[in-house]
Amino acid sequence: MILREHNPGSRYFIFHTPATGPPCKIMRHIISVLMQNEAGALARVVALFSSRGYNIESLNVAPTEDSLLSRLTLVTRGSDEVIEQINNQLLKLVDVVNTADMTMDDHIERELLLMKVAISEEGKAVLPHIIKTAGARILDDSPDSFILELTGANHIMDDFIWQVAEQSEILAVVRSGAMAVSLGTKVLSAGS
Amino acid sequence: MNPSTHMVPVLRSGSQILIEALQNNGVKQIFGYPGGTIMPVYDALVGSGLKHYLCRHEQGAALAADAYGRVTRKAGVCMATSGPGATNLVTGIANAFMDSVPMVVITGQVPTALQGTDAFQEVDIFGITMPVVKHSYIVRNVSDIPRIVNEAFQLAENGRPGPVLIDLPKDISAGMGETIETLPAPLPEASKPDPVAMQQASDMLSRARRPLVIAGGGIAISDSVGAFRAFIERTGLPVTTTLKGLGIMPTDHPGYVGMLGMHGNGAANHVVQNCDLLMVVGARFDDRATGHLSQFAQSARIIHLDIDPAEISKLRKADVAIVGELKPALEGLQPENKANATWLGQCAGWKKEFAWRYDAPAKGIYAPRLLRDLSRAKPEGLTITCDVGQHQMWVAQHCSFNDPLEHLSSGGLGTMGYGLPAAIGAKIAKPEDMVICVSGDGSFMMNVQELATINRYGIDVKILLFDNSALGLVRQWQEIFFEGNYSEVHLDDNPDFAGVARAFGVKARSISEPEEVSQALDWLLHTEGAAMLHVAIDSMENVWPLVPPGKPNHKMMSAKTADQGTGNGK
Repeated sequence: MILREHNPGSRYFIFHTPATGPPCKIMRHIISVLMQNEAGALARVVALFSSRGYNIESLNVAPTEDSLLSRLTLVTRGSDEVIEQINNQLLKLVDVVNTADMTMDDHIERELLLMKVAISEEGKAVLPHIIKTAGARILDDSPDSFILELTGANHIMDDFIWQVAEQSEILAVVRSGAMAVSLGTKVLSAGS
Repeated sequence: MNPSTHMVPVLRSGSQILIEALQNNGVKQIFGYPGGTIMPVYDALVGSGLKHYLCRHEQGAALAADAYGRVTRKAGVCMATSGPGATNLVTGIANAFMDSVPMVVITGQVPTALQGTDAFQEVDIFGITMPVVKHSYIVRNVSDIPRIVNEAFQLAENGRPGPVLIDLPKDISAGMGETIETLPAPLPEASKPDPVAMQQASDMLSRARRPLVIAGGGIAISDSVGAFRAFIERTGLPVTTTLKGLGIMPTDHPGYVGMLGMHGNGAANHVVQNCDLLMVVGARFDDRATGHLSQFAQSARIIHLDIDPAEISKLRKADVAIVGELKPALEGLQPENKANATWLGQCAGWKKEFAWRYDAPAKGIYAPRLLRDLSRAKPEGLTITCDVGQHQMWVAQHCSFNDPLEHLSSGGLGTMGYGLPAAIGAKIAKPEDMVICVSGDGSFMMNVQELATINRYGIDVKILLFDNSALGLVRQWQEIFFEGNYSEVHLDDNPDFAGVARAFGVKARSISEPEEVSQALDWLLHTEGAAMLHVAIDSMENVWPLVPPGKPNHKMMSAKTADQGTGNGK
């Protein structure tokens, strides 16, 4: 039997249920990649995803405390088999030092949201409450618009954007994409 | 230490440093084509002792380097200028990537200051080749050259081999620099096979009632043919091979059931569909080998041995995976029982039932029979290079190989035009061996210009050219799957191939009658220097058997079943 998620966009999301055992589940995964700060390293990771037909929901990359290394975090969806393939293919890239599927362990996920909204009279009355409840901040309060900031996990962002959208016109949404770090002393390092 | 070395740093050009770095990595031959941005390197080449072969198209250079790499298991080196020179290499790079061939590619690039300005003959070859290289570099400093070259060879030749590209801007190759000699970094220690997986695999092999081994190209690449054959002798397991695995088992070995897959042998395809345990060694479940994937060897459990962890469970879930070097794994597997006699008897039965026949009522010369005759008459150490198409499948079916390096074929990419430049690369790598390029009239024209290379260097390459005045395999598919609606496959306006060969200084003969075959083959094998035998064959001849796309391997079409329906040609 062939399971097909809505608009799979890639053959990696069309897969066969094994003859026995439970059906494959498509899950959201946060994958952290430690890679060398080399020209083209980011391009190789992105090219790998497009040439092998994996989806990227979000991606961010920035230097680490070690000036030779950058840490890239991406969010993708797939069955366990696909995620294992992604991991194996990433590790084949010479510039990739190590990878970890953060969603396999206890972890903290955060994303930064910057959002510009147009303020109406009604909005002015209810928005401060929504902002306060969500733990967001007003970074700029111009006469006709707010710039809001919120940090949180992916689903919190979605809820907040939806709540604000009900009250006022959203002018711009800027999201960093998910970042994650595992709990305890465990870290993603060159050796682990 | 000589105190004088402290005084004045010796400045040398990037090109001189490059040539020396290549030589330090054991390079003796380069295939290439000069042009604007690579000129400083060609300048330093003169008098360097490196032998350069001027191919007549960069693709020819890349494919010759590919064959050189396959035969020597050392990176073949090819070189071209920026822009069109570099893009012409891409097919050869992809070819090496798909078949895991060690290769180092050097491309000239516009000077650093012009990079990104759409300068004359500028292309982003680093970006263009990204999906088909194992790794790649853009050189930014003259002093980086030795390190980059050392790394490139190490990456290309170790682990799962592949092509590595070095893009060299002209200001770097022409610039002066001081270099400290760098030695290649020590190789990471090869991982030992996981003892738990080894034990599980041995147990599964002992318990299996209908076991089968698929031998793939990885065994040849890792130089594990001896270890593999010893394993088979020890266990008595039946063996099938992929296209790239041909020659791993001697064709006449009793346990060898032939090549599997789309144009594989009926015996191999039946054995694989009926086995209950499949041990896959250095192969990757390519769609041409498996047919319909979910119906492939449906009742079999899988033991997968490969050096590349990403091949494990990529297409077929492995029950046991042994990741790492094949040789120690093959040596360490010690199943208690030998393969059972009932199953071996069944395999032998299929082998008898599906043995190749050569009495097909073809008009004129029957190519499979000619290839069998060639194979029987062949001298020791004959290497056959193939192009892509019907002749390639006939070579795989009807020639016997005693070593996988005797058969050079573009497996993964299926590059028409591989055969002739590959023959050049193979002959240069193994000058003492006879090299025959078996080609077809379609493929041959894809790199026909390499006849000039053969002539220029007096390379003793034999060419066996089957001419059916058609793009045969496409014509066959149009006959079978497109109701004989022939579209752009007729080549009845082919040139006089023997005349073409002679124009390039290659001796040539043409035959079209079966009674001429024996004497003509004798002529080809015993003529001194490069020679071509042009063989006119029936344009309606097909390759059988054929597993139609999307069908499982045991649903093979043959000449007989095709005649009975399924859209016979009009």
